[in-house]
Amino acid sequence: MSSRKVGETNVLTFFTPDKGKNINIPISNNTVSAGFPSPAEDFKEKRISLDTSLIHNKEATFFARVSGRSMIGAGLDDGDLLVIDRSLEAENGKIAVCFFDGEFTVKRLQIEKDSITLMPENKKYKPIKVPKGSDLLIWGIVTYVIKAV
Amino acid sequence: MFALVDCNNFYASCERAFQPQYNNVPIAVLSNNDGCFISRSDEAKKLGLPMAAPAFKYRRFCEDNGIKVFSSNYPLYGDMSKRVMNILSTFTPDVEVYSIDEAFLKFEGFDDYDFDVYGREIQHKVQKSTGIPISIGMAPTKALGKVANKIAKKFRSRTNGVFVINTNEERVKALKWTKIETVWGVGHGNLKRLKSKNVKTAYDFTQLSDDWVKKQMAIIGLRLKKDLEGIPTLELDDDTRDRKAIATTRSFEYTYSDIENIKERISTFAGSCAEKLRSQNSSCNHIVVFLRSNKHKKDEPQHRNSAIITLPYATDSSLTISSYAIEAVRSIYKQGIKYKKAGVVVSGLVPTNERQLDLFLSEDPKHHEIMKVMDSVNDKYGHKVKIANQDLERTWKMRQEHLSPKYTTNINDIIRVK
Repeated sequence: MSSRKVGETNVLTFFTPDKGKNINIPISNNTVSAGFPSPAEDFKEKRISLDTSLIHNKEATFFARVSGRSMIGAGLDDGDLLVIDRSLEAENGKIAVCFFDGEFTVKRLQIEKDSITLMPENKKYKPIKVPKGSDLLIWGIVTYVIKAV
Repeated sequence: MFALVDCNNFYASCERAFQPQYNNVPIAVLSNNDGCFISRSDEAKKLGLPMAAPAFKYRRFCEDNGIKVFSSNYPLYGDMSKRVMNILSTFTPDVEVYSIDEAFLKFEGFDDYDFDVYGREIQHKVQKSTGIPISIGMAPTKALGKVANKIAKKFRSRTNGVFVINTNEERVKALKWTKIETVWGVGHGNLKRLKSKNVKTAYDFTQLSDDWVKKQMAIIGLRLKKDLEGIPTLELDDDTRDRKAIATTRSFEYTYSDIENIKERISTFAGSCAEKLRSQNSSCNHIVVFLRSNKHKKDEPQHRNSAIITLPYATDSSLTISSYAIEAVRSIYKQGIKYKKAGVVVSGLVPTNERQLDLFLSEDPKHHEIMKVMDSVNDKYGHKVKIANQDLERTWKMRQEHLSPKYTTNINDIIRVK
């Protein structure tokens, strides 16, 4: 830092500091006052985050809670948490959250030429055949199931 | 090329995204405290439910017409808005979030793009990913984008929600269709002057001389004219993330006449403003406080008043803002009035790290540390730390009789699937 004359009277001379350009020098979080710096400092990595591992499309991802046992064969138990990606296309064989007959339901999709069948994975439940043109909303595709053990 | 993207009946659409049973049913959303209607589905509009209709006057109307009513669920709308805006920013780096449900996009270097196709792609992506339907108007300038958007919405059966003004012929046709009073940025005062010049449409406006427009409507008017002529003049405003003023206003659940009650409310509103200031690293120079009686109760004595306080120094401290706000409310309060609504607005915002220091009067530096602790505790445990003027028992006590769950911000509120 240098100084620069800005004004002068008979008795006093004024100076103002010349700040110069800001130079950002990266500093390490580790103080190196004595001893050795941590040998891991150069190899820092982010801790594993389930958010980044399980959510591929943040803006299109929603969660739902399973209620009932119609899909236990696919590993979806009562109370499990579902990760749903709404941006994915509905394909044959995918597990989807659908809105049908006034309620949300999760089933495996069986897509045929002029119908879609919502397949449960529990023998106690019957498949629901939905003819084309019916009021079926495929709301999103299930990408992960999270369960308490 | 610019685009104005606008979510259709946004709040109503957010509710439908999680309750599809209302997809073809008339629905409407009420403002804070269930005061008046602020969002209506197309079906509810067709039935004749007016915008801003007071809830108490239209309760029967909604029941008789089968209109499903919702309280406003801002945590949900805020999150859905963020999702829509983030998706839009994957289509171009230049996005100006204009309001909770509107954004301007700018496409620079997209020379060979077919914008009609690109617009439909954007629309499809947003709709599929979030369930929110949008309309898009695209044109060579911002003001024309706004015009195109209006056409996209007005003639939805033909445009499917996307309309592009590309050629000069399309521009002229669109402007001739656009009534001058609906043009973005033409205020009430200007309208009178324009009518005296026999300007009826946006096209008539572009036929005026530059000199006349500049003289009568200043440089802003001239910029608007150029923009409507197809010469890009209005730029994206990238400074909108930080607001120019922050307001916390509420209608009370009951009316209040006692000054102690009102002081408590004002202190809470002031605290909420200060918290919002800190979250965007701003400090304020002015505080406006207002009180209002119930204007719908014509038989009761009416009173409305406001006070503006200029602070000795810019601040973001809840303590400082709250104590000045209370001083202000004391000066405008009148005994014997039943107050129904009050609010605190902070303005003259400056970045906190750039505020000017006053030699003699400045904030107690302890406030900064206190606020930091207060914010971090409140963040972790919900709003538990309050300042002494705030009632410890109450929060907003907002009237929300028709509130839907917070589907995207509370794990206990997520949808259930069978």
